[in-house]
Amino acid sequence: MIDATILLGELAYWQQTSLRVVGGLAAVLLIAGTLVYLHLFKLVSFMQSRLGPMEAGPFGSLQLLAEVGKFLQKEDLVPRKADRFVFLAAPFVVLVSTFLLVVVVPWGPDAWFIDSDVGIYLAMAVSSVSVIGILMAGWGSASKYSLLGGLRATGQLIAYELPLILAVIGVVIQAGTMNMQGIVYAQAEGSIFGWAGIGNPYFLTQGVGFLLFMIAMQAELTQTPFDMPIAESELVTGYMTEYSGMRFLLFFIGEFATAGVFSAIAAVLFLGGWYIPGIDPDDNIMNVLGPLVMLTKVVGLTFLVFWFRFTFPRFREDQLQKLAWKVLIPVALANIVVTGILKVAF
Amino acid sequence: MTAISDREKLSYIAAQAADARINLELETEGMTLNLGPQHPATHGTLRIIARLDGEQVISADPVMGYMHRGYEKLTEVRTYPQVTALVNRIDWVGSFANEVPFILAAEKLMDVEAPPRAQWIRTVLFELSRVANISLFLGDMALQLGATTPAFFAFRDREHVLNQIEAVTGGRFHPNFDRIGGLKDDLPAGWITETKRAMRKMRQFCNEMEQLVLGNEIFAARSRGIGIIPADIGLSYGLSGANIRASGVDWDTRRDNPCGLVHGELDWKVWTHPDGDSFARFWVRLQEVRESTKMIDQMLDGLPSGPIMAKVPRIIKVPAGEAYVETENPLGVMGYYVISKGELVPYRVKIRSASFSNISIAPWLLKGVYVPDIITILASLYFILGDIDR
Repeated sequence: MIDATILLGELAYWQQTSLRVVGGLAAVLLIAGTLVYLHLFKLVSFMQSRLGPMEAGPFGSLQLLAEVGKFLQKEDLVPRKADRFVFLAAPFVVLVSTFLLVVVVPWGPDAWFIDSDVGIYLAMAVSSVSVIGILMAGWGSASKYSLLGGLRATGQLIAYELPLILAVIGVVIQAGTMNMQGIVYAQAEGSIFGWAGIGNPYFLTQGVGFLLFMIAMQAELTQTPFDMPIAESELVTGYMTEYSGMRFLLFFIGEFATAGVFSAIAAVLFLGGWYIPGIDPDDNIMNVLGPLVMLTKVVGLTFLVFWFRFTFPRFREDQLQKLAWKVLIPVALANIVVTGILKVAF
Repeated sequence: MTAISDREKLSYIAAQAADARINLELETEGMTLNLGPQHPATHGTLRIIARLDGEQVISADPVMGYMHRGYEKLTEVRTYPQVTALVNRIDWVGSFANEVPFILAAEKLMDVEAPPRAQWIRTVLFELSRVANISLFLGDMALQLGATTPAFFAFRDREHVLNQIEAVTGGRFHPNFDRIGGLKDDLPAGWITETKRAMRKMRQFCNEMEQLVLGNEIFAARSRGIGIIPADIGLSYGLSGANIRASGVDWDTRRDNPCGLVHGELDWKVWTHPDGDSFARFWVRLQEVRESTKMIDQMLDGLPSGPIMAKVPRIIKVPAGEAYVETENPLGVMGYYVISKGELVPYRVKIRSASFSNISIAPWLLKGVYVPDIITILASLYFILGDIDR
């Protein structure tokens, strides 16, 4: 049996790096494409009693490529009064945050990009980079809609960063590590009252944390009911108003890829990650099955995200802040206290 | 329906005042935001000039006239039967209802009365256009608040009603079916059972909307206590229809002044709501759709037989005189003031359209609210741009 780490170790640095780049691109673009097709095109269509795209390819599965082609052909417009550099750079900054996020997610015992001991901490830190991109887009567009959208987005993302991080802390306390791989192993090797049949996925013990994480994640992704920043009925599309063509596509990819990556992080933290009960987690086969398990969990969690997105109306800005500061953060703090006490007690 | 408490009302007003005070202390600079004429929230070309301080509106002025098509003037060069084709386009979502008051006014001048069967079918179509119109509102308001799915449900179920209108008149949107002295045609075979089935579906749709939208916490949070219209202010601005009934004014032209239509012979209820906020306007309209479907069922059961056209001359010349007829259209009270000099064409027609009066309260209503609430309030006032600009 070939150990993947040894294999990686034998490769030259540039070969390792290009493998990681290809893997990262696949992890971001493949997930974004899957989610757009499965959820935005098909799931929503069935919810809204229509068929969705049906012409391009079997069941419209190639529609995505057609859309990408359309966006690539469009003119890359820059408003005359825009802050040119800031305007042009903003979508890349948003996408950078997505790529930085994806590197911490483990997909199998050896299928990881970086194995950092502060993995989840790093993830929470780099997820805030997108705020800068959004603020740049809002400011650089020289449009009032964009400015309002950018400011709303900034306020919202910062407010919901806190419950997100606080929800994660419960898991970190229980697992005793911030290493993403370590969290997966902690769940795989755990047991429920002595029964180790399925390990101990943390959504059982950290149910409150899971709920908080999903709500805060919905807000971080600016999906309805938290889509005040891009509220299309008042701000056209908020900070994305002035973008067209390729740059709009980047925002679009960023939105869906981030949804996928956040779901992947949630899957690692709360649903046991790539682990399959009954198979030894160090078995090499997990490097193949693990990514598939993760993809299934990602699709399942993003299903929830898009289900909520297309069911609910949106919160007003003040209600949204009220929910974060008055409900989610106190609950998250209480969750940490209870988790800490139980950790010490048992 | 439980009324909102004074505490809820006051908390919003207090928040507005606090924000205004902060803005004053910080000496913030205002900003003018143009909503429209091209904007996703206004289904048409209405422009709202909103002067903002932060996200708070200092003043908001609707600018109308981008879609002025001059119908009042155009009617002066159209013969009376031709006018219906024009006025169809005023409120294009409930077009048949636009024809009715004009035809009634012309009939009043000519002193003809449509045979009973024509009157009943006219009322059925009148109510069908109301159902089609308001069901669109129910989806649209949810859409404006960010929920996309109810809008698709509304479009899906409105189709049942449009199919029925098309089966009778041949036109989905612009029937042009009403004639002086009666109707163009009788009902096609099998239409009554089909319509009853459509009405059952519409009642299902109402139940669905009640659960999906009215029962939604976020919808309630966004619309309760927002855009409260006190009854006296509403009346002084000339509000009508569901907008004024949502403020607790029990006034419905269909019941109070049923000229030429048969609402008086039916068993139905005028719904009012004490609150006068955006939620109440949605609630009242939802009840009205349900009431209309029941009315249509009753009318289809009791449809009298007989001719559908009274004896009118082939070339219609309306005797000199003046007549004003108003009916309770989907958007509110719509009236036509027709002056005839005894010629083939009207001498002058004044159209009182409901949306024009309804939107006039917007500057009063929008003062001090926040940007997201502009959308809630405008959506709940429910206007059709054609009905404002004519």
